This record gives sequence, structure tokens and C-alpha cells, in this order.
Amino acid sequence: MRVALMVTCVNDAMFPETGKAVVTLLRRLGVDVEFPTAQTCCAQPMVNTGYLDEAVPVVRTFVDAFAGYDAIVTPSGSCAGSARHQHGIVARRSGDAALERAVAETSPRTYELTEFLVDVLGVTDVGAYFPHRVTYHPTCHSLRMLGVGDRPRQLLEQVRGLRLTELPAAEECCGFGGTFAVKNADTSIAMGADKARHVRDTGAEVLVAGDNSCLMHIGGVLSRQRSGVRVMHLAEILAATEDAAVTA
Amino acid sequence: MSGTFVGMPAFPEAARAALGDTQLRHNLAHATGVIRAKRSRLVTEVEESMPESGGWEALRLAGAGVKDRALRDLETQLVLLEERLTAAGATVHWARDAAEANAIVVAVAQRHQATEVVKVKSMVTQEIGLNEALEAEGIDAWETDLAEIIVQLGDDLPSHILVPAIHRNRAEIREIFLREMGKVGKPAPEGLTDEPAVLAGAAREHLREKFLRAKVAVSGANFAIAETGTLVVVESEGNGRMCLTLPEVLVSVVGIEKVVPTWAELDPLLRLLPRSSTGERMNPYTSTWSGVTPGDGPQEVHVVLLDNGRTRALADDVGRQALRCIRCSACLNVCPVYERTGGHAYGSVYPGPIGAILNPLLKGTGDPQTDSLPYASSLCGACFEACPVRIDIPEVLVHLRSKVVDGHRDDTVPKAEAVAFKGAAYALGDSRRLAWAERASGLAGRVMTRFGRTSLPGGRAAAGRVPGPGVGKWTSARDLPAPPAESFRAWWKRTDGGRR
Amino acid sequence: MSSAREDILGRVRAALADVEPDREPVVAPRLAVRPAEEVVDLFAERVEDYRAIVERCTPEQLAGRVAAAVPPGASVVVPAGLSVDVAGAAVDDGTLTSADLDALDVVVTDARVGVAETGTIVLDHTAGMGRRALTLVPDRHVCIVRTEQVVADVPDALVLLDPARPLTWISGPSATSDIELDRVEGVHGPRTLHVILVG
Repeated sequence: MRVALMVTCVNDAMFPETGKAVVTLLRRLGVDVEFPTAQTCCAQPMVNTGYLDEAVPVVRTFVDAFAGYDAIVTPSGSCAGSARHQHGIVARRSGDAALERAVAETSPRTYELTEFLVDVLGVTDVGAYFPHRVTYHPTCHSLRMLGVGDRPRQLLEQVRGLRLTELPAAEECCGFGGTFAVKNADTSIAMGADKARHVRDTGAEVLVAGDNSCLMHIGGVLSRQRSGVRVMHLAEILAATEDAAVTA
Repeated sequence: MSGTFVGMPAFPEAARAALGDTQLRHNLAHATGVIRAKRSRLVTEVEESMPESGGWEALRLAGAGVKDRALRDLETQLVLLEERLTAAGATVHWARDAAEANAIVVAVAQRHQATEVVKVKSMVTQEIGLNEALEAEGIDAWETDLAEIIVQLGDDLPSHILVPAIHRNRAEIREIFLREMGKVGKPAPEGLTDEPAVLAGAAREHLREKFLRAKVAVSGANFAIAETGTLVVVESEGNGRMCLTLPEVLVSVVGIEKVVPTWAELDPLLRLLPRSSTGERMNPYTSTWSGVTPGDGPQEVHVVLLDNGRTRALADDVGRQALRCIRCSACLNVCPVYERTGGHAYGSVYPGPIGAILNPLLKGTGDPQTDSLPYASSLCGACFEACPVRIDIPEVLVHLRSKVVDGHRDDTVPKAEAVAFKGAAYALGDSRRLAWAERASGLAGRVMTRFGRTSLPGGRAAAGRVPGPGVGKWTSARDLPAPPAESFRAWWKRTDGGRR
Repeated sequence: MSSAREDILGRVRAALADVEPDREPVVAPRLAVRPAEEVVDLFAERVEDYRAIVERCTPEQLAGRVAAAVPPGASVVVPAGLSVDVAGAAVDDGTLTSADLDALDVVVTDARVGVAETGTIVLDHTAGMGRRALTLVPDRHVCIVRTEQVVADVPDALVLLDPARPLTWISGPSATSDIELDRVEGVHGPRTLHVILVG
């Protein structure tokens, strides 16, 4: 099975540690993951802001970069959702039949990380060790657009040393929402402040989620509040072992 | 008399004012929390009571299916509805827009020398501004739903589809009743408390004299059955029954999307609507009637079939699904944006997620206030999950955003955002150009790291308040992580994917 | 100038130019089937959930129960054709005005259908139920439902009902949730609903 890492533009430019964690984790599980260097972005920022014409070249780059892989794995529920549910819309709008065919190949092969681990590899115990109190925020696109369900929890419950505490109102949006965070900054911040309050109420040391964009927003609020709670991508926790501990 | 929404600011400005109103946010959080819990208990009950036949999701699919079937065959259904209504003794009118519909209602009232009409709560008559049109002709329009009275007496604007006074708490309502009821009829009793049952009792006393003397009533309809010429009104208080039964003349204004093909197909809709709206298995009262019944109820019955933008929405193959809406307001109650900003920020009688799509679909894009609505969402998808007729609101929001953007493609001076996205599309169209941009951001990161404090994902430095468009809005209340010195792709290249 | 009717239908036609209509009615999924006695029990339980008064009796007990459901000294009205005799009741002959009805305390009627799942009673305003105003204006509604009239759910009721008749579906007493979304009983319709389930 040829497996490609779709690192996402946000992780590539802002959170490379998450990409490295996915590589570490997948290799530990025996997957020789490749990184197609022609990749850029899933085009979701354009699509969700209404710039569909601008999304066309980006989707084209995506399908070219990932053509021929059996699985495209990404540490982002949002970007996986974009590849699965939005690329078709962009391709149809472009009127390019070849692009539509290419999207029909890549879309169903795109997996969010926890889907790939649980459904394709069939593992929930990935041999991770993370001796900290953690709370989990299910990001909206992984929850509702992809329907990853309790896969992240199944994985977290098998992490040795990890204590998972329940996040109140967990399924409520954190308020990031891509350009919403800037276009409707006041509302976004009000939502983020409520999410941060719920996180602090759990007493957890670490907030974990499957999307760094949401974490950048919630973490930004927690940081401004000097809450002492840090945010981490799920991949980084799953990559941590006793030999290569990650400090919280 | 309640006001209108004309001239409202775009959503972000209106939302900012609402966010600053702590009483409003408290009222909304409480009310939406109560209704969410009720609805969710009933959805679970349905799941458990029909395990073999697919549960709530199967019911949603059926509800969506009925409405779609009617919409996709709308001409046939409307012609049939008109024929059956007429056969049952009703007079059918057609109205292209609000002005035509209002003129029809005014003419009926004037023919009967009515100086007042009693009204059943109806979204469509708010949409067309009927009360104001009647008032302009010297005809008082009395709202009779409790929440509508609160809005009307308080000279306020509705802020919710189901509970237009959701932004008011009991203490505020008591004050409005004490101050205003006596000006338009029977005053509130002395010693009025803020107990909801006592407040409801005051409304009963106040309105009863109006119900008993009214000659003309105005209603909307939740459903209009083509096959039988039957209108359906779903309500709780009995004010609907009063209006539909006691006056001599009844005028019902019905959007053309309300049609349901057959009597039997009312089934999924009657099971979905109360559970999704008030969180009850069934609302206290549902009235159905077909034209005139000799010796029972109004003996002169009019039905106004209204377009007012519905055919525009119907022509939009993505947006068309919004016409399935049965006005339950479940999407409002689960929306995190609505919960914090309230209904007034949307500048329309249709607020919340459904309003964010329905207004641009009915009116068309191009006006700054309307164009701001599709962006009034984080696209979290809670609305789609709650919608009993499976309207994919996030899909329609994104579609309408593209219409807004496309409407500006010929601007002589493009917006800064359009320029930015053109630039992004260029950078992201080729990985080499992206790598170059990342090297530039890495340099910026080294500067920020030096001055930043605190830790974010990866435990690294972050910047506090940074001036500038976009980034300034971001950092007004959120720290921003400094870009890393090395991007993932640079690391992969340098280390051969960590093998070196 | 074309009429509003022609204009609207023309716009509809244009909007749906390339849409194929579906002429097959949609059939919604049904509840799991319950035994008949469970359905009746559920009906009683669900009506009571709305804070209506619910009591059960045999056909022989009915007249006594109806009499007892009327508070002492209350004025009572009944539709012509009610299935039981109510001592001292006025019979509505269609001439009572709304104001007359407002002066009456209690109305006693039969019902057409009971819906168990939703705790709903449906009146079709034929002989034993009278015109719609009768069960609306007086403050107390005593309603007689026969166990054989109780069906499982909404679709079962729809097939038994005639849409050409005016229908009133009643689920508990008049209520509102308009103040802070707290449900309170008693607004414009009867504030007390008293259901006597016979059989």
C-alpha cells in the first residue's frame, strides 16, 4: 500500500512538529509514508470564503500531487473534509472533465489520521505514552463533516499514563471557522472564550484536538488568558513513547 | 407597533453590539439551552421507538422527501391546490410580491369595514410587513401569540422564528405588560408578578375581548395540502384556534413553498415539526380546514399564494433546498453564532442559520447587509445536524459566499481580500512558490520568537497584539504563534524525511 | 399585463426547466408495533404527560364519571349528538354566540381519534363534538375517548380522518413556552383538559 502524507498548508508553514509526529507514528506502525513534495493546500480557505475560481488551480495541484496513492493521510479533519466533500464541487464548477475524474480518484482515498489508524490499519493501541491529564475537543469538521465519531477517544484511551477528562459542551464549535475568525472576529472570540472557559474548568494540563487551526484559535485565547493550559495535536500525543517522551 | 429591519448594519457590526449586551446573552443561552435539551431527549425517544425502521434519520429523509417532491413539481401542485381550495369554497389570490399580498389583505378588510384584524403568529406576514401596511390604511393588526404581543407591545423586533421574544426575560416582560397593555385594550391586572403562568393569564384576559369582537382574522399556514385543499396551522396557545374559528372572515397568506402533495404525506412533517421546534411530541393545538364549513367557523375564506422571491430561490439548484424549511427554528437553537449574537443582528424576520441563507436566496445578493449574512457562520454544521428536513445549510452558505464573491469580480477596484486570495491561489498553485513564501514567514517567525512570550501547539513562542488588517483582528484577544524557523517541507528535504 | 397567477407559474416553470418531478408519494418509516393494550396505556400516559387529567372507566361507569368531572355549580354545554346524557347541560343548537360560550364553564364532547405516541386527541367536529368554537371558548374541556379509537401514531390517525372536515388536534391543555422557553399551561384555549378513557 502506497501511503502519502498530506501535511496541510497550515501544518507545513506553522506546525511542522505535527507533520513529523505523523511520520514517526506511521513508521512505528510499519507504514512507509511518503511526502509528495508537489503538494500545497486542500483549497478549503478559498472555497469557504467563496473564491471558487481561485480554488481550481489549488485542487488541480492537489490531485496531481496525490495521484496514484492508495491512501492520503492527513492530520486534519477539516482538510480531509475539504478533499472529500468540496473538491467535487470545485471540479464541477471548473468544467474540466479530467479534473472531475481525478478528484473522483483522490477524494475517497483521503483519510483523516484517526480514520486511517482505526479503519485502515485496524489499531487503537499505537504504543503511546503520555502521563498527563488531557481533555479532548472534537473539532466540527471531524465530528460532523467526516463523522470520525469516537475514533480519537478510542486511541486516547489506549495511551499509557494519559488521564482523559470530559470537556463540557465538547461538541460546540470553538469559533475558529477559517476566515470567520477575522471577518466576524468579535463573535469568534466570544465563542473561543467560552470554549477556553470549559477547557479550564476540566483542570486538564493539555487540550488535544485533531485540527491545529482550531487549536491555534483556542490556544491563542488560553495563552492570552495566561491559563497555563497548553494545546497539542492528537498526532503528537500518539507519537510520544516512553523512549521519546514529549514534554507537556 | 413593532418596527422593521430596514437599514440594518451588516452582520459583524450588528453582532458586536449584541455581544456587548450581557443580559441578552444570558437570556439567549438559558432559553436555547432549555430547548436543546428537550429536543435531544425526544430525538433519542424516536430512535428507541423505531429501531427497525431507521429512527430519526429515516424520518428526516422522509420529511425532506415530501418537501422536495412538492417543490420539484410545484406548478402541478399549486394548480391542484388552487382548484381544491376553490372547490371547498375558498377564494384564491396570487401575489407576486409583498405589496400585492398586502393590498389583497387590506382590500378584504376594507370590504368588511373592519378597523381591526386579529392575527395568528405567521412568519410570512412579518416578511411582507403586513401590520404596517394595514396600519397605513387605519386598520389595527393585533398580534395574538404571547411572544408576538411582547414584541408588539414593547415596540421591539422579533429575534427568533418560534419565540420572537426569546431575547426578553420574565422581568422585562412584566414591565412591558404593565406599561403598555392599558394603552391598547384591557390593562394588565394590578399586582402582576413575573411568574410565566401569571403573565400568560394577563395575555388571556387582554386578548379575549379582541377575539370575541373581531370580524376579520389573518393567518399564515404551516402546510397547504394540494390534494385536498387543506390548510394546517400548528400552534400552542389556542390563539390560533380563536382566530381561525371565531371571526366571520379569514385571510391566510401562504408562501408557495408551503405546499404538501397529499394528505398522507403530512405524516412525517407533523412528527418532525413539534419535536424540532418546541421539543414536544406534539404541540397543544393543530387546526386543519378546507375552505368553508357551513355552520362552523368563518364563512368567507381567502387564501393568498405568495411568491416574494420564492421562485428566485427555486431557480437556484443548490439553494432550492432552503425552501424545504418548515420554520421549526431548531437550527437557531443549536447555532453557536445565534446563541451569542441573537436574532436582531441578522437584520431580518428570518434570523439564525436559516436566515443567513434564506434572505440572500429570496432577495438576491448584492446588498452589503444581505451579503454579510452567508459569512455569519463558522460552518460548524450543527444546523444541518439539527434540521428536520435535512437542509445542508453549510453547503448553501458556501455556495452563497461564492455568489457574493462572483458579484464583485468585475469591480474596478477589487477588495483587498480578493487580491489576497488571488495571491494565495498563485502561491498555492505550485509547491515551489509555496516553499518560497514559507521561507519568508520563517524569517518573520525568528523576529517574533525574540519578542513573543508564552507557548502554543509545539510549546513555542507566540506574539501578543500585532497591528495590521487581519492579524490585528486575530490578536485583539488571541495570541498568535510565531511561524517556525523551518517549514515541514524544508525539514523533509533537509533530513530526507527524518532518515538523515 | 399578465396576471400574478400566470407570472408566478411561469417563474416556477422556468426555475424547474430541467428538473424531473417525482410523482410517487413518500411513505415515512413506522414505529415498532406494540400490542393493542400497550397502545392504550401509552396513550393515557402520554396525555397525562401534558398535565391533562386522565381517568379510565368502563362504559357502565361513564355517565357517573362525566357528571363527577363537572365542578359543582358549573354551567355546562354539550354538542347535539353527544354519546352520553349530561344532566343540566345546555345543548348547542348553533345559535350561541361567542359571548354566550364565554359565559359557560365546561364543555363535554366525544372524540374521533386518539394518538398514543404523541398523546393527541383529534376532533372532527361531527355530531358528538360540535362546531369548533364549542371546545375552544369554555375553560374546561371534558373529552370522552373510547379505547377502540386509540391508534399508535400520527400516520394511523391520518388514514382515519377526513380532511374535508375541519379537524382539531389537541395535545394537552392550552400552553405556551414563550417566556424563557418554560412551558406553562393555560393561555387562550381551555386551561383544563379532562380525558375520560372508556373501555
